[in-house]
Amino acid sequence: MSGLLPGFADPVLDAQSAFRAVLEAMSRPGRIQRIPRAPSPPRPLCPAAGAVLLTLVDSGTPLFIDAGPDALEWVRFHAGCPVVADPAGAEFVLTAGRPPGLLSLRAGSDEEPQGSATLILQVQGLEEGAGWRLTGPGIEREHRLRVTGPPEDFVAEWRANAARFPRGVDVILCTGEQVAALPRSLRIEEG
Amino acid sequence: MSAEGYNFAYLDEGTKRMIRRALLKAVAVPGHQVPFGSREMPLPYGWGTGGIQVTASVVGPEDVLKVIDQGADDTTNAVSIRRFFARVAPGLRTTERTAEATIIQTRHRIPETPLREGQVMVYQVPQPEPLYRLEPRRAETKRLHALADYGLMQVKLYEDIARHGRVGSSYDHPVMVGGRYLMAPSPIPSFDNPKMHMSPALQLFGAGRERRLYAVPPYTEVRSLDFDDHPFEPLRAKGHCALCGADHTYLDEMVTDDRGGRLFVCSDTDYCGERQAERAA
Amino acid sequence: MYVAVKGGEAAIAHAHAWLAEERRGDAAVPEIGTDQIGGQLTLAVDRVMAEGSCYDPGLAALAIKQARGDLIEAVFLLRAYRTTLPRFGATLPLDTGAMRLRRRVSATYKDLPGGQVLGPTFDYTHRLLDFALAAEGHVPSEAPEADPGEDAACPRVTAMLADEGLMAPEEASDVEPGDLTRTPLSFPAGRPLRLQNLARADEGFLLSMAYSTQRGYGNNHPFVGEIRQGEVTVEILPPELGFAIEIGDITVTECQMVNQFHGSRTEPPQFTRGYGLVLGRTERRAMSMALVDRALRAEELGEEITAPAQDEEFVLSHSDNVEATGFLEHLKLPHYVDFQSELEAVRAMRAAAAPEAARETLREAAE
Repeated sequence: MSGLLPGFADPVLDAQSAFRAVLEAMSRPGRIQRIPRAPSPPRPLCPAAGAVLLTLVDSGTPLFIDAGPDALEWVRFHAGCPVVADPAGAEFVLTAGRPPGLLSLRAGSDEEPQGSATLILQVQGLEEGAGWRLTGPGIEREHRLRVTGPPEDFVAEWRANAARFPRGVDVILCTGEQVAALPRSLRIEEG
Repeated sequence: MSAEGYNFAYLDEGTKRMIRRALLKAVAVPGHQVPFGSREMPLPYGWGTGGIQVTASVVGPEDVLKVIDQGADDTTNAVSIRRFFARVAPGLRTTERTAEATIIQTRHRIPETPLREGQVMVYQVPQPEPLYRLEPRRAETKRLHALADYGLMQVKLYEDIARHGRVGSSYDHPVMVGGRYLMAPSPIPSFDNPKMHMSPALQLFGAGRERRLYAVPPYTEVRSLDFDDHPFEPLRAKGHCALCGADHTYLDEMVTDDRGGRLFVCSDTDYCGERQAERAA
Repeated sequence: MYVAVKGGEAAIAHAHAWLAEERRGDAAVPEIGTDQIGGQLTLAVDRVMAEGSCYDPGLAALAIKQARGDLIEAVFLLRAYRTTLPRFGATLPLDTGAMRLRRRVSATYKDLPGGQVLGPTFDYTHRLLDFALAAEGHVPSEAPEADPGEDAACPRVTAMLADEGLMAPEEASDVEPGDLTRTPLSFPAGRPLRLQNLARADEGFLLSMAYSTQRGYGNNHPFVGEIRQGEVTVEILPPELGFAIEIGDITVTECQMVNQFHGSRTEPPQFTRGYGLVLGRTERRAMSMALVDRALRAEELGEEITAPAQDEEFVLSHSDNVEATGFLEHLKLPHYVDFQSELEAVRAMRAAAAPEAARETLREAAE
């Protein structure tokens, strides 16, 4: 435990500002938000992914995480969440590498679509104004979002995810201290 | 006066996380009612506990909070809720100006001043289920929402038109969100319904007693339920405000004597005050 | 110019100052202490603890004092406090079989092992106002206590029936019961959540629901198998210790109602149980709960659901007095925006109807 890195400097107010960034991101898909006072989690976790975890995950939310033993120990210590081995049983899924297929995660039911998983996906870069064409709730006309290093065939998989609305997985993209979100209501076209 | 011994914004962090998770799901499925573990609050159920819990989970010391009830900042319950947050959220600024606010908690109105990006509307909702007068069993209405089966409501509106020549609901008139979910807009007058459509602001709804949250993201389609041959028409008193002269705002009727004398004033006190100041200048 | 009178900060502050003055009453009369409430209005304290679902007689007494004796208001105060408390864990199930009994009665057997223990009950008192109590300073003489006898063991009546195979067995389950204070109820809720809901339900509501089953709204034929009241030990099992430790004693009342069941294709005729377990010496509540619990088992037992007390969603959705009183009393809040819309709608409808009515009269006149 001696090497354990700290979580939020101020667990109450830093979680609040991180949540507002994530809420804004989810409300305006494709708009990139910066998390103001993100923690410095162990690699390969990026500060934004660390902030999202500490903001949303706790003893009531089973987590699947594939970011190595340091990250696992860190999130367990600071969030106290149960960790599951099968992503299909997780409420939150964090992947630093290749994520499990969107269709293999919990999608909720038509009566209770809120029972779906949230995928926290670390990517290499996010940039507004170019790339994917996004439309749907939260977007006045169209947002453009360039994602560097998305999983292969992500757009095709997303189409299948969005097609089962109101069921479906929501995604939070993280890089550095930045987040952007892809709610299941979103349509994505290759740019 | 601050409340010693309580967490920032009153709720404990575990409760906030639970509500925050529910809010994100609510935004991802616009108009769908998400159950949440509503807590007993120090204010009674029915007096805004849902809105208070949503605001408490969202608010930070950098925010500027406006609280209105019936459109007014100075009604007793609005004053009481604003005082509550001033006590339990050190650093938070409160305002009566719509334009200055980052979070607006409301009961029964949407401000007249157009909302902008970056603002969050928090609605206090007494009854989140739009179908409850037609089907009181929530186990059954949940099924109807899953099937997007809103025939009951269509029939009800049709019967209204057949009987009265118009749709009977003058407030809390149901809306379709994103073409998928039938949603209760909370008991705002139908006059305010069009303001929900493609609003630049994020709209969050909290029903504490019924333990449901829901949301309308910015720039989302919100259509008041109607028929092609009987289009939705928002209602307002025909008249103008006795204080600022506005003829386009929602008006409260004031009874001035016991001989039928009455006049109208804007229900939105901030908007009316600004107009009066402009006229005076 | 007419100025709209809207409430403000000053009005609220003054109203609350007046409330504090009214609460205190005549300053020449000694102020009531929470120890007096806790020690002498014990059944009010017990009701507030039961409906507040928080076992703390001191806080309940304070809530009663603060609420000027309005018990629903006191329940609300206690609940609002309870919800802010951190949660350290859950206790082990209470062993009411090992209860230190103050009262134990059965209506199904004249005599039974352990005997009938009346305890400090209002039963068989004549309800005559006792004017001697109006005078202060009266200390009652100590009540004589019976010798517990040679065999103080008190087996449960329902267990004795079960030994004979006459009592339908309850399904044992290791599933962790839900908690309606954390997860909102959804329907069907199932029996553990039903019992949690009933244990903290409004006593008046429970009583009326139970009474309705006795008058034919729902098919109950209940007998009080046993009511027991006394102290039980509360234990928790800290995972790091690996063994249970006692954290205190609480007073509870348990009621097991025995109901006839005609049997079904798969079940022989036998007795079924309605169960009530409540905090404190709240016997009316325990009995009511047991009747309503049994009524709500209608579906499980294949009985026809015909009455409100058998309707799970109806009963559980309306039993909570903190929810109910809040929503009812919110009608006092201003609703003039909605009312204005209603006014306009009614005026518009009347305007549309008026010429039509006039035409109607003309037509009738012509005919």
